Amino acid sequence: MSSLTSALPPAEGMGPRVARWGLYLILLLFAAYYLLPLVVMLSTSFKSLDEIRTGSLLSLPRDISTDAWIYAWTRACIGADCRGMAPYFMNSLVIVIPAVIISTLFGALNGYALTKWRFRGANVVFAMILFGSFLPSQVMLLPMAQTLGFLGLAGSAGGLILVHVVYGLAFTTLFFRNYYVSIPDDLVKAATIDGAGFFQIFTKIMVPLSLPIMVVTIIWQFTQIWNDFLFGASFAAGGAQPVTVALNNLVNTTTGVKQYNVDMAAAMIAGLPTLVVYALAGKYFIRGLTAGSVKG
Amino acid sequence: MTLQTPSYKAAAISAQNNQTQSGDAPARSSFGELVQRHLSKLVVAPSFAAILVFVYGFILWTVYISFTNSRMLPSYELVGMDAYTKLWKIERWYVAIENLLIFGGLFIGVSLAIGIVLAVMLDQRIRGEGVLRTIYLYPMALSFIVTGTAWKWILNPSIGIQEFVRDLGFPTFTFDWIVQQDTAIYTLVIAAVWQSSGFVMALFLAALRGVDQEIIKAAYLDGASLPRIYWGIVLPSVRPVFMSAFVILAHLAVKSYDLVVALTGGGPGYASDLPATFMYEMTFRRNQISIGSASAMMMLATVVAIIVPYLYSELKGGKRV
Repeated sequence: MSSLTSALPPAEGMGPRVARWGLYLILLLFAAYYLLPLVVMLSTSFKSLDEIRTGSLLSLPRDISTDAWIYAWTRACIGADCRGMAPYFMNSLVIVIPAVIISTLFGALNGYALTKWRFRGANVVFAMILFGSFLPSQVMLLPMAQTLGFLGLAGSAGGLILVHVVYGLAFTTLFFRNYYVSIPDDLVKAATIDGAGFFQIFTKIMVPLSLPIMVVTIIWQFTQIWNDFLFGASFAAGGAQPVTVALNNLVNTTTGVKQYNVDMAAAMIAGLPTLVVYALAGKYFIRGLTAGSVKG
Repeated sequence: MTLQTPSYKAAAISAQNNQTQSGDAPARSSFGELVQRHLSKLVVAPSFAAILVFVYGFILWTVYISFTNSRMLPSYELVGMDAYTKLWKIERWYVAIENLLIFGGLFIGVSLAIGIVLAVMLDQRIRGEGVLRTIYLYPMALSFIVTGTAWKWILNPSIGIQEFVRDLGFPTFTFDWIVQQDTAIYTLVIAAVWQSSGFVMALFLAALRGVDQEIIKAAYLDGASLPRIYWGIVLPSVRPVFMSAFVILAHLAVKSYDLVVALTGGGPGYASDLPATFMYEMTFRRNQISIGSASAMMMLATVVAIIVPYLYSELKGGKRV
């Protein structure tokens, strides 16, 4: 991937140089716009309430205090429950980890079956799995709530795991299918003639080849499920709520003195896992973004 | 691809060998193959069944509910189009629809504009392009419930930008959109554009990098200026990306929910309601399940109206190639 203009000779003279400075200036201004909320969140979370009252929106903390973070993690009240964000953070982990593993596994198997063992109607099956992901979740919310109640999973982590696995299948299947399409069919054909079976080929040939797409899928699913709010708010009750729902409750609590630094620290806590993943493996996340949304 | 494992190589070699031997001995493998083919269906079956029930089955269920008079609990007695008639008499629904048009239009337009401009600017052999790209895109990795906390504070007139500018020595400066009935919806646009425009940038940047460099070079040698090259040659050649970006953004707009909850809660009053928050309110808070379902069906119809023509043209395009 090289710049489109790299074929052109470098610009010379005074005018172009000024234009270049302008270009960098605009790009940096945009960077500031994108960074603003994060900077405000971070710097406010390290301030004391006094400093927030006297200081301004953009001023950096004079004395860095981690009190708000500790308070948010251990003692902040989410509704009537004053155990901080920690238990809700754990709830999210309990939901996210199995949901990511299961949906990725099914996605890989589906992708493999749909490309290397094509049966009649495979394309229709794939199209139907995929099409569902475009539809607004609102048309499925109420029946889902009823069904979870019927299955005895209402308000539990198990219910949310089920929901995230089912609605994640479209994307995981899409990722693996598009990836496996480019792996030569001859590989599978040869292995069958050598006597390898369906699952043997999957574990011995396909899985070792799938590392990059596996990373993309896991990061994508992790980010989506961790950030989910709608399903969490609709299906999780009280103590089983994921961290995003807890954060929203905390921020919208109107009783007592508003502790903005605690709100911001809680927001950072809720956002940190996906932010860290993005910082470490942003490349894979972006691949998921473009793969997940461009190609139908 | 850099991840060639030994098993891959071995299998590739045996694939070549077998091709030269030509595919004989079908009798031996035909039974095994039959089982394998069914195995393939069996593997996909659970996922397919889950999607059939949890997506398509649930949609039909919602359709059914929308034709009943369910209130707090679903009732299964059909009453015809009552819920739809009622829905289109609720003023709040019109507010939500109108907001969606304002919000969607501005959100899509501004995101596209910023995304394209940023992509073109980043394409000028910028030093630190990787860092800038990472900064522009990080909002997509965060839940809006998280970043909304910061936006709410920034937009809050008594502690955010308004106060900040007043402290700088402009005591009459006013930026209180978030608390005003007629302007609250625009704060949603600001925050939504912030979240998605970097993504649009990434889509266009990838497409720009795919444009044939020779054409650009030729145009440049012909004396075309850089803006003209972009406007006349480059942007028209990445037209499919406009389509994709439009569909993705429109889709995001219709589904917007977290954004409203985090930023305005639909307020002041219900001035910044969108269909998604309306649906939630009716279904889970106001015990108007059938009206909630009817509004969900309206959302579905909107999304389908956007998605289906797009997918259709994509598929047709695919066949032409």
